[in-house]
Amino acid sequence: MPTSPGRSSKPLISHRSRKMTGKARLTVRKSSLCLVIFGTALLMLGAMFFHATYQRQADTPLIGRVAGVVKTLALTDLCLFTEARYTRHPSQADLFSAFQDHPMALEHFPAGSIVGPPATLRKLHDKLD
Amino acid sequence: MTSWIEKQRSILDYTLSSLIRRKGKNISLFIVYTLVVFILASAMFFTEAMKREASLILKGAPEMVVQRLLMGRYDPIPLDYLQKIRGIRGVISADARLWGYYYDPAVGANYTVMAPRNQSIAQGKIIIGKGIARVRMINKGDILSFHAYDGQVRSFTIDGELPAASELVSADLILITEAGFRDLFGFPASHATDIVVSVRNPQELLTIARKISEQLPDTRPIIRDEIVRTYDSVFDWRGGMVIVLIMMALLAFVIFAWEKASGLSAEEKREIGILKAIGWETSDVIAVKTYEGSVVSFFSFAFGILLAYGHVFFSSAFLFAPALKGWSVLYPDFRITPFIDPHQVGILFFLTVVPYTVATIVPSWRAAIVDPDSVMRS
Repeated sequence: MPTSPGRSSKPLISHRSRKMTGKARLTVRKSSLCLVIFGTALLMLGAMFFHATYQRQADTPLIGRVAGVVKTLALTDLCLFTEARYTRHPSQADLFSAFQDHPMALEHFPAGSIVGPPATLRKLHDKLD
Repeated sequence: MTSWIEKQRSILDYTLSSLIRRKGKNISLFIVYTLVVFILASAMFFTEAMKREASLILKGAPEMVVQRLLMGRYDPIPLDYLQKIRGIRGVISADARLWGYYYDPAVGANYTVMAPRNQSIAQGKIIIGKGIARVRMINKGDILSFHAYDGQVRSFTIDGELPAASELVSADLILITEAGFRDLFGFPASHATDIVVSVRNPQELLTIARKISEQLPDTRPIIRDEIVRTYDSVFDWRGGMVIVLIMMALLAFVIFAWEKASGLSAEEKREIGILKAIGWETSDVIAVKTYEGSVVSFFSFAFGILLAYGHVFFSSAFLFAPALKGWSVLYPDFRITPFIDPHQVGILFFLTVVPYTVATIVPSWRAAIVDPDSVMRS
């Protein structure tokens, strides 16, 4: 096949190859890639539930052992907030313990923002603060 | 059917190209959206898991604890009350419990000192929780000294540590003999901190609690259900600081969705006009926008949920730790058991993905039903 002057024997391919240098050529459709990522995300969400179930089963004896310690020592509370006695043992605290300076006084321990006052205390008699 | 699938794939191809064309805006959208889902999901996962774990662990808690109230505050209970409680029909056992607090000025931590009934400890020895061992850097065989009620120092040898697995309930515990406890606090032999009661039939618990209150009017019975319920309210995601977190995240999300719902940019409107002008139907334009909203929201949702799962259950919710620790010097080192259910994830999905996707469709539909010529000229 005759070639036109000034052109090489494989002009089109060489030109394209040069143009694509440094760029990744996407050989798959974007929608296929998106569906693969979508499937992977769904699989990972499924794996999350599977891991949660598996871990829960694995932790059951451990939780049982902790419950055993609670039973043996007759404990009543979790050791989460050790900063004040009513946050260390919220279930055993005075009825107005979270606000023990006076009823509805502003709470000064940070854990007080997590451990809410008992529902019975939310009935205001007088506006004090 | 095949042609329909092919059409949808082509629309999806176009949608993805459109998203990539505005990648700066869409990446920032993805990051903000993911963060909102991450915060919401972390708060939900953490509170639910803690609540469920607390209810399982506290199954071993005493069926009933009887406190004595004096001037509205709880006070040591006289041991005479034991006989009166044991005399109530349905009560199997009533035992005194000795426990109190000790503030350690050396590290600024509060300890819970307890004389257990069912565990024998040698005189002059104590067993400590892992948290104390960590904070004081002490081990078995070391000596720990306390300032007693009379100003004298009492020293005890550490006989062992409570298991690390039980740190969630025992990090700050010091187990001591009854004699040692009474000597340290100057606690009279005639009194106890409170009384634990076991009953024959758990269904009679409330009746027995009422009888105790009637026979001993200065007491306050606390039943196990109330103990568990306390933790339900502590870790209620609709209360406390968690609600502040959730409200903030939801507010950010509302602003975000509102920005989408309030209208399209001129560029987006022109794009819709061009699509209509070259023969796209309104349903196709809406399909593009639905895919656009779904792609962004689904991937942000999935990524946010997975990040939240890792944060709460692999790194023990390290971002929440400063808020939980507060002023506590002693904090248990524990891993949270993953209690998650599809219901929780479903709620989060309908709270985030659905409103956002709908918010992206409405303005697009409005733009798509207008004459393409006027849309392009506007």
